[in-house]
Amino acid sequence: MAAATESFTDQAIEVAGLKVRVMQGGRGSPVVVLHHSTGGPGWIPLFERLSAQHTVVAPDMPGYGQSERPEWAREPRDLAILMNAAIDRLGLTGVTLVGLGFGGFVAAEMATMNPSRLKALVLVGAPGLQPEEGEIADQMMVDYEDYVKAGFRDEAAYTAVFGETAAQDIKTLWDFSREMTARLTWKPYMFNRRLAPLLKEVRTPTLIVWGEKDAVVPPACGRQYKRALPNARLEVVAGAGHLVELEEADRVAKLIAAHAAQA
Amino acid sequence: MFIGYFTERPYQDPSSGYFGATGRDLTDLGMSNASYDPRLGAELYNRYLDEKVYAEEMGFDGLMLNEHHSTPFCMGGVMNVEAAILARITKKAKIVLLGNVLPIWDDPLWLAEELAEIDMISRGRLVTGWVRGTGRESVAHNAQPPFNWERFQEAHDFVVAAWTRPGPFRWEGEHYNYRYVNPWSRPYQQPHPPIWIPGVMSRNTVAWAAKHRYPYVMLATELEPTRQSYQYYDDQAKENGYESGTQNRGYLFKVHVDETEELAEAAARKYIQGPSNPFLEGNQGNVRPFIQNLPGLTSRTNLLPTVQSFALAASRGRLKEHEAATGKKAEAATASADKQDAADFLGTFTDQINKMSIITGTPKTVIPKVRHVLEYLRPGSIFFWDGDGAMTHEDSMRSLRLMGEEVIPAVREMGKSLDLSSPFEVDPRTNQPVA
Repeated sequence: MAAATESFTDQAIEVAGLKVRVMQGGRGSPVVVLHHSTGGPGWIPLFERLSAQHTVVAPDMPGYGQSERPEWAREPRDLAILMNAAIDRLGLTGVTLVGLGFGGFVAAEMATMNPSRLKALVLVGAPGLQPEEGEIADQMMVDYEDYVKAGFRDEAAYTAVFGETAAQDIKTLWDFSREMTARLTWKPYMFNRRLAPLLKEVRTPTLIVWGEKDAVVPPACGRQYKRALPNARLEVVAGAGHLVELEEADRVAKLIAAHAAQA
Repeated sequence: MFIGYFTERPYQDPSSGYFGATGRDLTDLGMSNASYDPRLGAELYNRYLDEKVYAEEMGFDGLMLNEHHSTPFCMGGVMNVEAAILARITKKAKIVLLGNVLPIWDDPLWLAEELAEIDMISRGRLVTGWVRGTGRESVAHNAQPPFNWERFQEAHDFVVAAWTRPGPFRWEGEHYNYRYVNPWSRPYQQPHPPIWIPGVMSRNTVAWAAKHRYPYVMLATELEPTRQSYQYYDDQAKENGYESGTQNRGYLFKVHVDETEELAEAAARKYIQGPSNPFLEGNQGNVRPFIQNLPGLTSRTNLLPTVQSFALAASRGRLKEHEAATGKKAEAATASADKQDAADFLGTFTDQINKMSIITGTPKTVIPKVRHVLEYLRPGSIFFWDGDGAMTHEDSMRSLRLMGEEVIPAVREMGKSLDLSSPFEVDPRTNQPVA
C-alpha cells in the first residue's frame, strides 16, 4: 500500500516508555495524521499529496502497527494523552491535526485537552459522539475484510485500493488492530458521552469531512460535531464512503491544505 | 472412577425452522429469539431436570451442567438456577458445573454467594468449574475479549478469597473492586467446593489448571489430541513439583446406548441434527468464526492440538499457529486443504463413529469401546454426553436405563481394574487417598 515514491522517513520515538513509530515526509507546516481503527496501511496517496506543501507526520498510534501497546490503556482518551505527548516529543507546534475515522475520535479528544499545540483540526468521518440517527457500524460482529469493504462506496472502490483481496500483511494489520480497538472502545462502542460537553471549549478552526455514503459512521455525527464545536464547518464529499481519503485522495488533500492555509 | 451424565439441553422446536433440514439458516448468533416459545421452554427445562433425576437413580455419580448464551443449542443460560433446583431435588449425585463463565461476570461476589447457597442446599455436593467462554458469551454479555484471560484469573482469585477469607475485607484489583467483601453465606464444603476446569483449546488454561492442581476436563475432543493435552498437563504438574494422575484427568464424550444396534444408530445420528452445537463437528449449524474468535479472546500461539483449534486457526488465517500447535503441516487448509484436518472439522456421522467421537450401540458393543477410551486416556472422571441434538426424551430415557443396568456397573469394574482414581478417591491437592 506504500506509494511509488516513498518520500518519507521512518523513526521510533519514546512516549511514556513506549516505542512509537512515526513516518514523516515533505516540507512545510506540520500536518499530523491519525489513522483509522484498522491501523495505518503505510504512506498512502493522501500523504504524498499533502507532503508537497506540508511536513506530514503519520504515527502508528500506540498499540497499533509497529508501536508498542500501552497495556494499561482503556479508552481513546488514553491514546489522546499519549499522542499529545508524542507531538510535544517531536517538538511540533502550529499543527494541523487530521484524524481519519477512529483517529478523528482520538484527535477530538486531543483537542479538548490543550488546543495550544493546534493550528487547525480536521475530522474525517470521525466517531466519538453517539449518533442521533443510525448507529456506528460494529466491526466486532463482521469479518475484518468485510468491515473494510463497508468503508468504501462500493466493491470496485475497495478493489481499486486493495485488489480483489487484500495482501496478507494488510490483513494481519487489520486483525491485530482490532484487538487494540477492542481494548479501547468495546463499550460503549466508538463514542464517549464525556466528549461532546468538552467540545464547546475547542476554538481551534475545525474542518469536518464526511463521505456522503458513509456506511460506518452515520453522517449525522458530522452534523453533531459541527453543532458541538464553536468554530467548525462541514464538508460532505458527494458519493464517497467512510474511507473518503482513500477514494478521493486529491479532493481530501486539497480540503485539508486549504483549511490549514486559512486557519 | 467418577461417572457423570451430561446433555447441553438443546431448545428443540420442530416448528421453529431451526430444527432439522428445513432450509432455514442455522448460523450461530444469527437466529432471532422471536422464534422462542416459552411454553415449549417450560416443557424442555422440566424434561431435562427429570432426566437428571433419573440419571441419579440409574447410578450416575455426577450431573454435569454447562452454560451458553444467545443460542438454541444450550438452554443453560443461567446454569446456576438449574443447579439450585438439582441441589434440592436430588440426593446423592454431585452437581458438576463445567462451568461458570467467569470473565462475563461484572460482579463475581454475586457468583460466590450463589454457589455457596447451592453448596449448602445440596449439603456439599457442588463441584464448581470455571470457563473462559466462547466469543458468543463475550458478545452476549458484552465482556471485553482482550481482558478475558485477566478477568478469568482475577475473578477466580476473588471468588476463592470470598469463600475462604474471613470478612469483611477489601478487594482493589485490576478488573474488580469491592469495599466490603463479607458474603453472609459460606460454602458447605471447606475450604471450598472442588474446582475442576473444563476446556478444549487454551494451553494457558491447562497450565493454569495444573498450577492450581485442579482436574482438567477435556470436552469431547478427539482421542489423540486429548492424550497430548493430558501430557501437557502432566508436564506442567512436574514443573510445579508434583506428579499428576488419573485424579487430574476428566473426559467428556458422546455415548448413547440403546436396545438394538438399529435403534442406537438412529438415535445417535440425532447428535448432529437439530440445534446441536454448531462448533462441533458434522452438525447442521454454521459458525461465524470472527465472533467465535473475537479479538484478543485467545492467545494466537497457545492453542491446543484439537479440531477446535483448527477451526479457529483457519478462521483467521492463522494456519502457521495451528501448525505450530499441532506439529502438522496444514498448508492451504482453507482452500485445497490439509485433508485430514478438513475431514476432522467437517466429519460425517460415519467418520465420527469410526474415530469414536460418537460411541453408540447396545451395551454389549458400547462397553468395549468405553474400555478402549479408558485404557487410552486413563481419566479418573468421565461424563457420558447423551440426549443431545434432536434426541427425544424417550431416546434419552432408554439410554439412561441401559446405562444404569449394564454400562455403569461394567465401567466401575474397569475403573477398578485399570486403577482409575477420581478426585473423590485421591485428593488432587495432596495426592493422598480421600478418607
